[in-house]
Amino acid sequence: MSEPTAARPGSPTPRLQLEGITRHYPGVKANDGIDLHVAAGEIHAVLGENGAGKSTLMKIIHGSVRPDAGTVRWDGEPVQLASPAMAQALGISMVYQHFSLFETLSVAENVWLGLPRGETLASVARRIEAMGASYDLAVDPGSPVHALSVGERQRVEIIRALLGAPRLLILDEPTSVLAPQAIDGLFATLRRLAAEGCSILYVSHKLDEIRALCDRCTVLRAGRVTGEVVPARETPASLSQLMIGTEPPPLTRTNVAPGQVALSVHALSMQGETVHGTPLEQVSLQVRTGEILGIAGVSGNGQQALLAALSGERTVDRTGDRAAIRLFDHPVGRLGPRERRRLGLHFVPEERLGRGAVPALGLDRNTLLTRDEGVGRGGCLRPDAMRALAQRLIERFGVRAEGPASAARSLSGGNLQKFIVGREIDAAPRVLVVAQPTWGVDVGAAALIRAELLALRERGAALLVVSEDLDELLTLCDRLQVIARGRLSPSLPIADASPARIGEWMSGLWPQAVMADAAAGAVPAAR
Amino acid sequence: MMRVTLLPRFEPRGRPSAAMSIASPLIALLLTALLAAALFVALGKDPWRGLSVFFIEPLSGWRPASEVLLKATPLALCALGLSLCYRSNIWNVGAEGQFLLGAIAAGGMALWIGGPQGALGSLAAGDGMFAALAGRPLQLPLVLLAGVAGGAAWAAITALLRDRCNANEILVSLMLVYVAQQLLGYLVFGPWKDPAGFNFPQTPTFAASTWLPPLMAGTRLHWGFVLALLAVPLFWFVLFRSWRGFQLDVSGQAPAAARYAGFSARRALWTALLISGGMAGLAGAMEVAGPLRQLTPHVSTGYGFTAIIVVFVGRLHPVGILLAAILLSMMLIGGEYAQSRLGLPGALTGVFQGSMLFMLLACDTLIHSRVRWRHARPVSS
Repeated sequence: MSEPTAARPGSPTPRLQLEGITRHYPGVKANDGIDLHVAAGEIHAVLGENGAGKSTLMKIIHGSVRPDAGTVRWDGEPVQLASPAMAQALGISMVYQHFSLFETLSVAENVWLGLPRGETLASVARRIEAMGASYDLAVDPGSPVHALSVGERQRVEIIRALLGAPRLLILDEPTSVLAPQAIDGLFATLRRLAAEGCSILYVSHKLDEIRALCDRCTVLRAGRVTGEVVPARETPASLSQLMIGTEPPPLTRTNVAPGQVALSVHALSMQGETVHGTPLEQVSLQVRTGEILGIAGVSGNGQQALLAALSGERTVDRTGDRAAIRLFDHPVGRLGPRERRRLGLHFVPEERLGRGAVPALGLDRNTLLTRDEGVGRGGCLRPDAMRALAQRLIERFGVRAEGPASAARSLSGGNLQKFIVGREIDAAPRVLVVAQPTWGVDVGAAALIRAELLALRERGAALLVVSEDLDELLTLCDRLQVIARGRLSPSLPIADASPARIGEWMSGLWPQAVMADAAAGAVPAAR
Repeated sequence: MMRVTLLPRFEPRGRPSAAMSIASPLIALLLTALLAAALFVALGKDPWRGLSVFFIEPLSGWRPASEVLLKATPLALCALGLSLCYRSNIWNVGAEGQFLLGAIAAGGMALWIGGPQGALGSLAAGDGMFAALAGRPLQLPLVLLAGVAGGAAWAAITALLRDRCNANEILVSLMLVYVAQQLLGYLVFGPWKDPAGFNFPQTPTFAASTWLPPLMAGTRLHWGFVLALLAVPLFWFVLFRSWRGFQLDVSGQAPAAARYAGFSARRALWTALLISGGMAGLAGAMEVAGPLRQLTPHVSTGYGFTAIIVVFVGRLHPVGILLAAILLSMMLIGGEYAQSRLGLPGALTGVFQGSMLFMLLACDTLIHSRVRWRHARPVSS
């Protein structure tokens, strides 16, 4: 391994070299004298919490933000990156954490738009399929983007970046929504790209991945570089020390004896969210009080339909059985979200802005989406009560916001997630359904959210967590079920859930005999 | 061949200025006035004289000012209702039709209960008892309620078609305007025509007991203006301080959040359309019970369409809407003065209204994004 400061043998000048990059925003120094060197063919990690300045730095490298001070050198030559197009011309491609896809266009059309002229849509579609096959990034080129899950959209972004044959590929939190095999596949892809000479900037806060994949790692905290290390030589604790200064306290689980069945779904079938969405087929599950059931699976396998069916955003139609979904003793299949909430079922959706919160409204008004504290007699709003509730959530869950009136969109993703999860936990739900509780959330916030979910379980609530982050499910849940192509696997105690086994089940290959047993066992209990 | 063109590009501003979003209608007004001045010069008129006809003379003295407020009343009522629709992302552009149906229903009610001497006397022959029940003090409220019901029913057609058939509400509400105009024409040329009216297309004058009394002697300004003033705080409350208003706001701003919260999109659709239809209907009823006192084919001078401009100039806010209604009403009166005093065509009012809306939208675009000029690089191939 090379020394941290020296470039790799065989490439005397670094491909990308940043010196003293500084960028101010009103009230905050997002980047403060940052140095970064990336050699040709190197996989270089940029590690830091949300708000540490990673995104700003990547935007500077990608030309969408200009630094106030500092120089950028490309192959040793100073360059002014005035626009993403200019960065692209140099061979810098970026996969953003927040996707920039046109919802109404198809996958192929979206990719086509970003390519130079002169290629037909059909040939682009063929290249997408070929790219998807060779890099384990399968996606239907003809499918409209609005029908895709978050994970599938990310695949489109990665494919789009790869089609440009980049010399420096920037990936912002790329693995948050991938299955274990897909992560391995992605890593194999990245290693191959690096071996072919492409440099890779890998932005992440997942310490294990960085240690497994990256040659070197630059750690940022509060806009400054706190260290440049070879991650393979570091421990997770020492990396985390550099990143946040202290190690987050480990999660403590106490044993709670599961109680009565709180939420049960029996043989539920339902159409997909859209024509291209995955329908649910004969889905059955049960969650008892005092336990957390995890639903693992690669996105786009029916999670959206399942969550909408559980939350009440979609109801069982007249031909279906309204008792297919039961909340304690109530058949709730035809009840909407508000009625189910009144019976104690709360829900945290995957999308924070636009679904879990109204972007332009303040946090105080956003409490009204699921809470009644701010509604007085005769349907008059009570601004004081809303403000007090928002203030309480801000304090209890450590939400960093200017105040209760701050617009939801002014919060960072992690802080908004703390607010939304907090809003639902604070309602003392009897059943809580959570989708992607910590997606794109920094380490500190993720630890807090997970601890709160466990505390809610200890207070006797039933929790159902849908996540594509298997590590998270393994630390949180008592049991796991895997969703694949709209079908749900039998339940697996967490002690038996090895990543290898879950990974196999994610492709729909679970033993049918077990499933028959589970179905036979589940039916009498559900009734 | 090297060809370099300068292309404008719009970049979103990080945080649009709050002061500018209030100033935007004022800037738009200023630009419209400049455009108007240029137009006057082009038409060979003195621009100062032209501008004073539009913006000063309508406010010189009580009589012209009372006419400004008279015309601002239906504009404000229609626009308040529309603001509810637009905040819920429901694009009702048919306030004109709902206004006409309000006028028809109110006119029909006034003729029916207004006494046996009316044109509907024969029709109302057996209704003496009803007229007696609806005693004199109740007659005006009945007329106004009929107007509300008429407007709401007309809007309900749009709501029903959108709800059941997923029909586009913009098209449906717009086309129903023309149906309403034909219906009014049929009634005043046909069954409701005043037999003593020398064959003019108009109904008999309503009985005095159904009139909306004037606010000040010697002017046509009636109590409807006071009602419009009272509606402003009421709508402010509904929009910003009520649970129902919040639900409408969320379904307009973030439909997915409304579904998540369990706010019914159907209820939002019906609430917004029925209220805005009712408000337009009320405006129509007050127009016929107030200054007109009979139905003619020209009950409306496009109030329902002008109200759309009023909503946006007023920033979808009740207070802003009241001010914008007065402004647009000034332009209507100014347009009449321009015809009589400067010999300019009546279409000028429409030109000014249109350019006002255009300027406003342009200002808004510039508040939310900045323009970057950059050289387009020729494609090298």
